[in-house]
Amino acid sequence: MIRLTRRRLLIGSGLGAGALALGGCDLLEPNDRTQAVLRSAETLTMKVQRLLQGRGALAREYSEADISPTFRVNGTSAPDSDAYARLLEGKFVDWRLRIDGLVERPQAFSLAELKALPARTQITRHDCVEGWSAIGKWTGVPLASLLTAAGIKPPARYVVFHCADELEKTLDGSGRYYESVDLIDAFHPQTILAYAMNGQDLSVGHGAPLRLRVERQLGYKQAKYLMRIEAVDSFASFWGGGGGYWEDRGYEWYAGI
Amino acid sequence: MIEQTQGAQPATRARTVLIRRHSVITRLTHWLNVLCLAVLLASGLQIFNAYPRLHWGQYGADADPAILEISARGDPGAPRGVVTVAGASVDTTGVLGLSKADGEWTPRAFPAWLTLPSYQDLAAGRRWHFFFAWAFVINGLIYLGYGLLSGHLRRDLAPAAEELAPRHLWREIVDHARLRFPSGDDARRYNALQKLAYVAVLAGLLPLMALTGLTMSPGVDAAFPILLDIFGGRQSARTIHFVTASLLVAFVLVHVAMVVLSGPWNNMRSMITGRYAIRRKGPDA
Repeated sequence: MIRLTRRRLLIGSGLGAGALALGGCDLLEPNDRTQAVLRSAETLTMKVQRLLQGRGALAREYSEADISPTFRVNGTSAPDSDAYARLLEGKFVDWRLRIDGLVERPQAFSLAELKALPARTQITRHDCVEGWSAIGKWTGVPLASLLTAAGIKPPARYVVFHCADELEKTLDGSGRYYESVDLIDAFHPQTILAYAMNGQDLSVGHGAPLRLRVERQLGYKQAKYLMRIEAVDSFASFWGGGGGYWEDRGYEWYAGI
Repeated sequence: MIEQTQGAQPATRARTVLIRRHSVITRLTHWLNVLCLAVLLASGLQIFNAYPRLHWGQYGADADPAILEISARGDPGAPRGVVTVAGASVDTTGVLGLSKADGEWTPRAFPAWLTLPSYQDLAAGRRWHFFFAWAFVINGLIYLGYGLLSGHLRRDLAPAAEELAPRHLWREIVDHARLRFPSGDDARRYNALQKLAYVAVLAGLLPLMALTGLTMSPGVDAAFPILLDIFGGRQSARTIHFVTASLLVAFVLVHVAMVVLSGPWNNMRSMITGRYAIRRKGPDA
């Protein structure tokens, strides 16, 4: 009789704990401590991936035959501001890419100046965090060459990309798109600022006049409508402090997975 | 390994003997695996809901043909939940494609009661998934290391040649179909069907889950591009990940059914305390 009770107790408590663990997840979800524990996996993922990749491992480059017939437009399809509309109307002649922050020589490049620089073309896969993928051919200037021209100051650890689009309309402007990468990805040979896609000038839907390609990470890192690049020692002071629009909304800053 | 015998009955009567069936590492890793797979399944379905289509190949998005799609379609005033596999559609309203969340009909691939969190939140689903993916892999490596070093895998799980003979396998299949399970000393060991099922899961499905999951990571693909060749692309890997998860769910259903049919209390006790009761006839071995 005693054995039966103990047996029941053991089994009952085992099943009960399982049910609690699952049923309680929604309750645990807003709990900061649970979130901190879950988020610890992101650090582990980044460290292990960086260890396995080394600095220079390249994302796979595909052939022309592999290019997606249709490359889905995602996020903003056209920035909704008068300033952007004027730039677009003027075929981006008045557009300038500023590079400033923790740099020795702040720069401003016109689109024509960028196109005159040595370019890199790569056919790569764009992986959306939702799960879909599209392959496209990107042509642009390696970010490393622009950062070298500007001269990164030693305290700089990250590069922040400021964009022209607001994905969410807010009074304080916190819906403006921005992104950031560390210097390892900023100086990676496949990290380019692309002005052309599949052999044509970048369309508005895909980020005209200039977008980031950082090929070892997910789609939300590939910031479109670039206006300004800022070298910083920390991105904690920008908007939500997460280092990017989607990062401020709960997504991982390291988007290699 | 006999721990305890009950009573000192005459030698010819059946006696219940408690044997030590599962080591503490096997039991701990088993239950951690239950927790990991439950969380991974529920959070995985949450992630799937963000893009409820499966493709084959290197790329695949809305404009490309899908192997499987779960959607809500039809009259916007009265939509239906539909699963489309290889061109054939099935109405799944209420469960897949269109289901009730907080009392409201909501277009979502898998219903709220199957996903973690229950409400739609891809970022949260990913956090649960990746944390428990690490736990699952570390847990699996501990089991594997223990299984190799202790001889558990070789002794208890590798089928012997005679067990793989067609006649033997056929007899076991017939016995299982009649719900006649091994008793007495035969119940000390896993039977051949059990061994084959466990080996298929441990050496097949579980590693396949981890590898196809890793292939979906652009960072891992840069480190090991061969994964893209093995699985035929990121979208193929995503499809295999989904199919393999479905096979694991099927395994768990059969596994739990077998636990229930072949003596639930004895089986549960052996997986919790390690002790398994067998009835044996004849004198002390």
